Formats: sequence, structure tokens, C-alpha cells
Amino acid sequence: MPPPVLEIQNLSISFATSNGELHAVQDVSFKIQPGETFGLAGESGSGKSTLAYAIMRYLPSNATIQGGKIIFRDANLLEKREQDLQKIWGNEIAMVYQDPKTALNPAIRVGHQIAEVLQIHRDLNEPQAWQHALNLLDLVNFADPQFNARKYPHQLSGGMQQRIIIAMALACDPALLIMDEPTTGLDVTTQAHIIELIEDLKIKVRSSILYITHDLSVIAQVSDAVGIIYAGQLLETGTAEQIFTKASHPYSSGLLRAIPDLDPKKPFKSIQGYLPDRTRPIPCCIFEPRCDLATERCRVEPPPVYQVAENHFSKCFRWQAAGTWRDEAAVSAKKLRNTQDRQTLVAVEQVKKYYGDSHLYERILGIEPSVVKAVDDVSFDVGSDETFALVGESGCGKTTLARCMVRILDLTQGRISFLYPKAQNGGHKFDRELRRKNQIIFQHPDSSLNPFKTIGAILGRPLKLYGVARKDRRQRVHALLEAVKLDRGYINRFPKELSGGEKQRVAIARAFAGNPQFVILDEPVSALDVSIQAAIIDLLLEFKATRKITYLFISHDLSLVRHVADKVAVMYLGKLCEIGDIESVFGPPYHPYTKALLSAIPRPDPPQGKRSIRLEGSIPSAKNPPPGCRFHTRCPSKIGEICETAAPAFQAIHKNHLIACHIPLEILQKEASII
Amino acid sequence: MVKKIFVTNPTLAVGLLIVLVVAVVSLGAVYMTPYNITELHILDRLQPPSKDYFFGTDQYGRDLFSRVLVGGRTSLTLGLGAVLLELLLGIPIGIMTGYFGGKTDEVLMRLMDTLMSIPSLLMALLILTALGGSMLNAMLAIAIVGAPRIARVVRSATLALKNEEFVLAARARGESHRFVMFGEILPNVLSPIIVEATIGVGFAIMIGAGLSYLGLGVQPPNADWGLMIRQAREYLFASPYPMLFPGCALAVTIIGFNLLGDGLRDLIGEQTE
Repeated sequence: MPPPVLEIQNLSISFATSNGELHAVQDVSFKIQPGETFGLAGESGSGKSTLAYAIMRYLPSNATIQGGKIIFRDANLLEKREQDLQKIWGNEIAMVYQDPKTALNPAIRVGHQIAEVLQIHRDLNEPQAWQHALNLLDLVNFADPQFNARKYPHQLSGGMQQRIIIAMALACDPALLIMDEPTTGLDVTTQAHIIELIEDLKIKVRSSILYITHDLSVIAQVSDAVGIIYAGQLLETGTAEQIFTKASHPYSSGLLRAIPDLDPKKPFKSIQGYLPDRTRPIPCCIFEPRCDLATERCRVEPPPVYQVAENHFSKCFRWQAAGTWRDEAAVSAKKLRNTQDRQTLVAVEQVKKYYGDSHLYERILGIEPSVVKAVDDVSFDVGSDETFALVGESGCGKTTLARCMVRILDLTQGRISFLYPKAQNGGHKFDRELRRKNQIIFQHPDSSLNPFKTIGAILGRPLKLYGVARKDRRQRVHALLEAVKLDRGYINRFPKELSGGEKQRVAIARAFAGNPQFVILDEPVSALDVSIQAAIIDLLLEFKATRKITYLFISHDLSLVRHVADKVAVMYLGKLCEIGDIESVFGPPYHPYTKALLSAIPRPDPPQGKRSIRLEGSIPSAKNPPPGCRFHTRCPSKIGEICETAAPAFQAIHKNHLIACHIPLEILQKEASII
Repeated sequence: MVKKIFVTNPTLAVGLLIVLVVAVVSLGAVYMTPYNITELHILDRLQPPSKDYFFGTDQYGRDLFSRVLVGGRTSLTLGLGAVLLELLLGIPIGIMTGYFGGKTDEVLMRLMDTLMSIPSLLMALLILTALGGSMLNAMLAIAIVGAPRIARVVRSATLALKNEEFVLAARARGESHRFVMFGEILPNVLSPIIVEATIGVGFAIMIGAGLSYLGLGVQPPNADWGLMIRQAREYLFASPYPMLFPGCALAVTIIGFNLLGDGLRDLIGEQTE
């Protein structure tokens, strides 16, 4: 066996913080073989990025390397001098960052940015470097390199930008390529492209890849070997197949169970508890407080590394039980609803929301203001007690629509009516009452709570607003905290003292303070770690079951939608393209866009060569939406001129399933299921 | 912890020290002055510093040390009072323009731009000529001159906050605009306001001294640094001390507030990182 490209031996890193010394990485060891892709998976705070930066020696000034070695090609990187490292950076080890926008220089043409790397590291002259840059762009499947290499970063989509970054990293044919969450900021259809590219590159180039992500589904697709890292410790390593089929650490199997599967019958469940405080030494197993399998022994001594199989190691006393163990109390398959006696609660009729105020100088100069058609003629209705899902990629207008519905934004045209029984229209009192009944829960727990208010004040305010007497408020706040499974002691805490999951629980409690009937969930779990997502979904479903709530569930995660929703509408560039019962939409016939979305979902099992549809290009700008069918510029099954000229009308497959497409029904109906 | 902040942020430490000394000396001036500030010593006119008169005497033989100490109180009152008025004007304008945007923003901010485009001292002079010279009017004039600066800072901070989800959540649940602006947004823009206001005090003291020097601010026989410099001008060649000491006091105080403001900015920047 050839020597590994990178070997990390007993690496420990700590940060000096105001709360004491934080042990970010503890005693981590692994190897990456030549040509191998090593996937390092971990949640936020697991130390995975610290590890990547340690390999690059980019650690911040308050970090100390406590011990261990990083051996790259027989030399310990930790002992190298700055000048020697500069020869290695970019040349032998290259890095791809999470956000392509900040990693590219906005003022230099992208081709030149790649050529520059070659001129510095390879001593090529300018025309040679340019030619080589074009070859690299070809390698990363960049469309029309000759033409596009002369563009500036802002003229390219996120996916194209990420290809540039990857081309730049590959410029010097590095022995090791570190990719830190390279697809996290991208849409699911773009992510599918980049993953495909990485799979392709594994064949074309000799580089080893260290692939770092929080997303196990992505890891499953790209990696040969996988390491699962938690709270700074590497808990399990093995081949991708070993980890995904025979997980031998309760944390790994817990993570795998936490991901909602596209199969709605497969339950998913979160891992209880939160990341431990690592400023204090932990003498036992680090995962013990959250582990369902923990025994007395786990609480007193740290587990050694057990060898499960060849190349498969687990840091758990009970590794033999970890894989087979199952838990029944999971978010289970929902009951299918009877859609016959459906009563409309919210009616959205021909809603349009255009952005673009004309500025004073535009009015003076008589310039036509540029209008963004964020939502363009959307109609649907939400039935009482149902969960209606709105899915689509970023920029499709789903959040704008949600904000129109809670009247943070005014409509440009159309009507949104709420058909509450015994409601009388008009007047200030009616307005307050309507706002009480309609609530919204936002995506980012960090920004949805006012950092200057205590949890008690945050929850008390809506109670006051909706007329709960002062003497009852404290008790109601306690009840709300209890309902979202938080301790009463949280009442005096500030948001910054809470974890992401806890903050989202407070946001949920705040939304339910006024006993609403209709709640909009705008990506309620997408900013949370996968291990706790299921718990939040569970909580939301519990509220629904006990309080008869109607949800509008906005998400880009189709697997999750399939688990929770009764009806679903698919949105693309401000228009609906498919709407129907959940099972009808997830089964054939499909709208071409829905089909592409479904096939782009990464699955948490190693690939098995399924037929997939990839969308070309990126979502066009809503400023100048394509005429005709808005999807025609990317549609893989465009039928002809009609798609470019006429907007498609909805075709009814049956009463509860509509598709807006020019393709005749008979042809659509011939398609097989792709999931 | 506190010690560490001062070690890593010497600007803050020095600024705070100067401001504290100025504040203590000005507030406790009554207990520290060896002479009454209006007490005349006709025989000891224009004396250089000595053990009887630490800073010397002015043209009427009044003790300069006592007058500089008491003058500090006038200057501080003027500076703090002006900034307080400045905040009362600037904060609501800044929050409203940022929050509402559109026409409110365009009209009010163009007005602020107009105010800012006229040199501060000139503008203050203009206002004082209309209102008449007095300490209160000087404060008001300085506040009107300084308010646009506060408004700008508050507006940009508000713009950054108004699409935060907690603000949207407040609007969605039907809170009044007043509550959203002053209950939700204001606490979050306090830090930049504090920085701006601290630097503003130094600025206000400077303009105030300028106005007193021109005879439009504090009126004699009150002790004020600007006024003292004005009165000492005629005797500059007989004795430089009546001008030197109030001038130094003025400079040190203004520098102190500026350092404190810069130090606070760094401190807040560090903590939000």
C-alpha cells in the first residue's frame, strides 16, 4: 500500500475564549490515501472546519495546537516555516470554501483569476496561463469557457462561481484538495451539479479530497471513506459503505435516523439534548449525555477506539449494539387525510407582488422603473386543519408570498382572504384579531429573537398585545415554555445564551402565544443542525394535533415536505407549476421541474446509479422573466416554440392534481416514478 | 477582564481617564478652588504661575486656576446638554427615515443633507443671531447643527435592522409602528449612538467655545474657556497664561472625548465579532 497523502495523528486544538479554554479538536487521527475522497461529517461546533484550517495552518490567533502531528507527504506541517508553507499552499494543498461569492475577487475577470494562480505557481507566461485556465474550465464542465472566462464573478450564478473556485484549486494539480461545505450555499438543483462534478473529477484528476460537510446525504454520494466527528472527537471512521449500512456508533446511527427520507413510511428521529460545554474537561464518553445506549461505564471512563472491521473503527463501548438498535418513538408516518370534506380556510387569489419603487431621480428623468416580479399571479387555497406545503428553490418567491400573507408586505394585486367563522370584516379590532389568528415562524433562529430582550419579555409581549391581563401573563409564559419543552428558568435568559434549537423553540412559543389558527412556517428547520431538526418538526406536529392548527409549510426540502404535508404546491420564478395532493405530486405524472427537483435530492445511501435529471443554467432573474413558460430556459423536455411564447394553463390530472405544462397529458402520464 | 480590555485598548483607557478627571475636577470645582472666581486682586494683575496662584492671574487679578476649574463645568454642561438635545432630535429622525423609507426618508434626509452642507460654526452663528446669544440658545444651535450626524448613524443602523426577523415578527403580530421603532429597533442601535454621542460631546464643546469666543455663547462674568480666551486675547503680549491654560484645558477635554469615542467603537466592534 502506498503511503497516505495526509495523516493526522492525535491532533488536539484548543481556543482561548472568555469562558476559558475550549477544546475544539481532541485527539483526532485519520489517514487519507492517494486518490481517495475522505468525507468528514459533523454538525456545527464539531470542530470540522477547525481541522481543515489547521491543515492549512490558517488558525486564528487564540488557537493553540496542544499536540499531535499533521503529516503531509512525510513532513509534519506543524513544524514547517511560513516560507515553506507558501510553496505548499495552492500548489500541493488547495482549498475550496463554502461561499464562492467571497472567495472570488469581484473586480477581476474569472479567467484571469485562474490564470494568475498558474503564473505564480507554475511560472507560465500570460498566454500560456490563459490557455491552461481554459482547459481547467473545460475540466470542471464550465459552459463555453472561451466566452464565460471573460466575465466578472457577479455575472455568473452561484454554481458557476463554485466551478471557478474548484478550477482554481485544481490549477496546480494539488495532491490534496480540501473542500469545506462546497455545496451548502447552493440550491438543490445546483448542488446536484456540483456533486456530479466532484464525482467526475475523482476519475479525471489524481488529487485526494478531504470533503467537509454537515450533510450526510452528500457525503454518501461523494466519499470513499467517512469520518464522523462530534464535539471535537472523531467517533467513527470507515468506508462509506460501512458507515451507511453498518453504523457502529450511536451518534452515526442517530444522525442517519435524523434525516427525513423521501419514503414517507420511514420514520425519522432527532438526537436528544445539545452539544456539551467543552470548556470543562469531560472524563467520560463525550456523547454519553445524548446517548440512548449509555451505561454506567460510559459515564466514568472514556471509550477506547474499537476495530469493528477492516478500516472501520468506533469510539464506543457498545459498538456492537449501536447499529442494530432501533427506536420506536420517532416522527412517524402521518395519516393520510380524507380530502373529501375539505373546507377552505385561506384563499389566495391571483396574487401579484412586484418590487421596484421608482426613485425620485427616476421620476424626474422619466426612467421606467425596473420591476421584479417576485410573485406573479398565484392562486391556491389552504384547507382547514391541513398542512399545505409550498416548495421551490431560493428566489422563487415563496418567502415573499408568505410575507404578503401575514401582511408585512402589501400586495400589488389580488386578494388573500381568511375565512374564519363568525369573523366580521373591517375595523381596527378585526385587524388585530386577524393578526392574532395568523402567525409566522421564521427561518433563522439567530435573527428572529431580539438580542436585547429576555425570553420572558419576548414571550410576554404578544400576550400583552392580545389582551392577556398582567397578572396572568407570567403563568401563561410558563405554560408556553413548557409546551415547547423548555425549562422555566429560561425566562430570565437572553437569546445569545441559547442554542439554535432552543431559540427556534422560543420563536415557536412566541408564535403560539396568541392561540393562532393559521401558522406559516418559513423553512423552520433549515438553519438547524440535522440532529435536532426532527425534534422541532415533532413539536410543530404536536401543536397541530392538540390545537387544530392549519400550517403553510414553506421548504426546499422535499423529503421533509413529504413527511409533513397534505397538499403541496411547487413554485418556480413567481409562478406555480404544479399543485396537488402530496402523493399525487410525488408520483407520476410530473411537471418537468418537479421531476428535476425530486431527482436532485441527495439520498443518505451510497449511490446506486439511478437515472437523474440535471437542470442546465440557473434560475433566470425575476426582473426579466422569460416569456411563455418561465421554466422553458432550463426545461429538459421542452416541446417547441409554444413553450417560449405562451404561458401554460393548468391541466387537471384529476380533481386534486394540476400541472401547468404544454406537454400533453397523455405523454406526461406515460412517465415512471423516479423515487 | 476589565484590566484586559484596557491593556488591549489603550485608546479607551486614556480617553476614559481624561474624561473622568475632567468630570471630577469640574463637578468638585467648588471644593477645590482656592479663590472665588469673581474675586479681584487688583495688585496681582496678569501674574505668572506662582504658589499663590497656580496658573497665574488674569487682567483683573482673578485667579486663573479657579476660573479654569469652574470653566470646565460650564463647558461640560454646554457639551452634554447640546448632545442630549442632539439625540432628542436625531434619534427619532434617524429611526423614522430608516424604518419608513420612501418619501419620509427622501424629504427628511435631504433636509439633513442641507443642514450638513453648511459649515457648522457658520450655521450655529446664523441660528444664534436669530435667537440671541445665551448659553441655552448656544446649546440649541449646536444641537441643530449636530443632529444630522446622529440621524445618519441611526438611519443606517435602522436600515440594517429593519428586515431582521424579530422586527418582521413584531410587525406581523400587529405591533404599532411606534413600538417597533422604539421598543424593538432602538435598543439594538444604542451602541453606535453611544459612540457617536461621545465624540459629539467633544465636538459640541469645541463649537461652544468658538461661540463663546465670538461673544454669542456664555456671557461674562461667568467663567468659560472660550470666553476666557476671548478676554485674554488683548493681553496676550503682557501675559500668555490667561490664554494658555484655558486653551490647554479645552484641547485636552476635546481629545479625551474623541479618544473615548474611538475606544468605545473598537470595544463594541470587538464584542459584536
